[in-house]
Amino acid sequence: MEYNTSENNFEQCMKCTVCTVYCPMLAVNPDFPGPKQAGPDGERYRLKDPSFYDEALKYCLNCKRCEISCPSNVKIGDIIQKARLDYSAIKPGLREFALSHTDLIGTAASVIGPVVNDVLKLGAVQYAMDTMMGVDRRRTFPEYSRERFTLWFRRNARAAQEKYSRFVTYFHGCYANYNYPKLAQDFVKILNALGYGVHLMEKEKCCGVALISNGFRKDAIRGAKKNLKSIREAVAKSEPVLATSSTCTFTIRDEYPHLLGLDNSDIRGSVMMATRFIFNLIDSGKAVLVFRNDYRHRIAYHTPCHLEKLGWSIYSTSLLKMIPGVDFVMLDSQCCGIAGTFGFKKENYQYSQKIGEGLFRQISEAEPDMVATDCETCKWQIEMSTGFKVENPISILADALDVEATIEANAALGTEAADK
Amino acid sequence: MNFDTIIIGGGLSGLTAGIELQKRGQKTLMISSGQSALHFFSGSFEFLNTEEDYPEALKKLPAGHPYSLMGAEKVLETASKVQDFFAGAGVVLNGEEGRNHFRITPIGVLKQAWLTLEDYARLPSDKSLPWKKVTIANIEGFLDFHPDFIAAGLEELGAECHCRSISLPELDRLRNNPSEMRSANIARALTGSVIGNLAKRLSDVSAGSDVILLPAVLGLDDPRPAQSLKVRTDRPIEYIATLPPSVPGIRTQMMLKNFYTRLGGTYLLGDSVTGGDFEGRKLKGIRTVNHSDKLFCADNFILASGSFFSRGLLSTPSGIFEPVFDLQVNCPQERRDWTKENFFDRQPYMGCGVATDGQFRALRKGESIENLRVCGSLLSGSDAINEGCGAGVATITALHIAENITEGK
Repeated sequence: MEYNTSENNFEQCMKCTVCTVYCPMLAVNPDFPGPKQAGPDGERYRLKDPSFYDEALKYCLNCKRCEISCPSNVKIGDIIQKARLDYSAIKPGLREFALSHTDLIGTAASVIGPVVNDVLKLGAVQYAMDTMMGVDRRRTFPEYSRERFTLWFRRNARAAQEKYSRFVTYFHGCYANYNYPKLAQDFVKILNALGYGVHLMEKEKCCGVALISNGFRKDAIRGAKKNLKSIREAVAKSEPVLATSSTCTFTIRDEYPHLLGLDNSDIRGSVMMATRFIFNLIDSGKAVLVFRNDYRHRIAYHTPCHLEKLGWSIYSTSLLKMIPGVDFVMLDSQCCGIAGTFGFKKENYQYSQKIGEGLFRQISEAEPDMVATDCETCKWQIEMSTGFKVENPISILADALDVEATIEANAALGTEAADK
Repeated sequence: MNFDTIIIGGGLSGLTAGIELQKRGQKTLMISSGQSALHFFSGSFEFLNTEEDYPEALKKLPAGHPYSLMGAEKVLETASKVQDFFAGAGVVLNGEEGRNHFRITPIGVLKQAWLTLEDYARLPSDKSLPWKKVTIANIEGFLDFHPDFIAAGLEELGAECHCRSISLPELDRLRNNPSEMRSANIARALTGSVIGNLAKRLSDVSAGSDVILLPAVLGLDDPRPAQSLKVRTDRPIEYIATLPPSVPGIRTQMMLKNFYTRLGGTYLLGDSVTGGDFEGRKLKGIRTVNHSDKLFCADNFILASGSFFSRGLLSTPSGIFEPVFDLQVNCPQERRDWTKENFFDRQPYMGCGVATDGQFRALRKGESIENLRVCGSLLSGSDAINEGCGAGVATITALHIAENITEGK
């Protein structure tokens, strides 16, 4: 059907400039050439001669809001990310290494968790990281947990999973493993209550998003290959692979093929957000969630950029709206500004905060008890910048859940189905 | 996931239908595959190019025109509601009862218009201007506005024009990036205290003028900066459309979309409908790229996916087709008949669109689909450019369909 289409549809650009309106970076930083110039316009030159590459493309947040706004389906953000990996001459340094190798740093830190947390809070250490490494001192690092999730799971939950007859595989991601195991535990709690056992991947590596954005393509490919192997094993057992982080999900589904050259077409449809899986169960009548009647909170929902790109915020918000005691506020979808490791870098701090201003204002005007969002770095940014508490929708569902009643209701559903 | 009505397309027509249905108590979903043609908004809605009063002009339209399908009486009744409808969303439009006024185009030509945004110049005639001496001011370095063109046009109508360039230090940083010194970025800078400085500079350069004409680059999120500048400047100010992106268009799109979601509508941006499941003459549900395995079901569906620009219609060497449901398309059989050699002639391809019955129900394989209606520029039989009826068809057919759906017609 399509004529003359090229990689990322770049020749479909009709120069309408709509993308430039929705680029959060261009709005605050005129040094960024903007999505049209950095993407399809610049690509014409780079194809002719790579020396046309402009290092100012480092300012692209990879939020994909240009792609969402494009009336011609040009993969503007993909063109820019690919160009950065292919042409950038900037060599990543110690800071980039430390910020992006989350597996390595996370494993080391969780062994000596509380010590790292205390050390990172020391003014002198923050000062040194700021001046020597360029990590902005106004940033607070997420705390490392003493017992990482995988260890907790092995000790406390793994054996109990085998009593179930249906299973899902969980891609927990670095954050839930090293920093916030409660999120992963909440996931297990909900899936178990719905009658599903939880398996972990045979070998889970970081999804690689920070490696990609910091220029470590080879390391990213190595991890991605291991992930794909384990995902294929899960899918072969007919288990969907569920994640609680929108960026991990997005990276595995949509960045592996075009940035890392790894074909994922056989498993892409099986990798999804947990909220999508749970919503579809409820929506199709295959499961029910029963909520406590004493749960009362005003919750404002923020759509992370990568969930906006996936188009899946509707699943998280629909689930939150099912909780009877929730006073739900939908925030207008805007970038929070952190963009993963981007906002931790000293030279980017000002842009990060300026981009997030609109969102922060919306949150303070909504005066919620807490903010809900599916991305851990959005959570850090909002907590650091507004003081409001932020939770993943999975954790909110888990807190509001009447576990016993949910188990009973789903067991009854199962018997009903068996009777039919 | 079940809805009362699902609307495919989130531009002017889709949003109009969605807002009206939400107001009438329906639960709706809107899916838009990217931002809409409102980003090219001239500042004016057109109803029909005509020197006559609308009732007379409507009688002369061909039978296949969307207005003719609705009937003149219904068209006029619905048209009379459009102004209040948009005011409800905060978009203030002005016009004359039942006939056209004139707007100034970016190249200084006066064109017919039906309803014009409050800040824009709205002229009663195209034979003379209400001003003798005109200052046309541009922002220095802004390339999407051409005062000399406008001056040439207005001087033909007897005005004395003076073109001025305004330089503000607050815009110096933007000038570092000449390729992105665009309307939306300028609008972001022209707020707060900068308005006062701009007002002063404009007063300084426009001594003796009856009016100052400015590019419409104020007020990206709300109309206040544009109004505030008017109040603070010594002489009257009128805004003129720029080349895209249109700041008032972006604002209008955002205000309509926000109004729609405030009314409880669900708006999915950046997703594309890939097709639907039909049961006989009924559409049961649709599927999208982002929600591959999910069937979105509804009692009624509205296709407002636009014309060629928005990819509501696609043309290939072998034919013109509607890509979502492969609906029946009215277009000349032979490819050579799609176009006329003279660029300024009425181009037949502009009249191509989806074939419908009298209730705007889409035709597919020779039969009308009971619960799938088409509105806006995707409809066949009208030529938005030649007839000047784009926004009129978009809004009037949308309101009509929303009314018919809720009244069970």
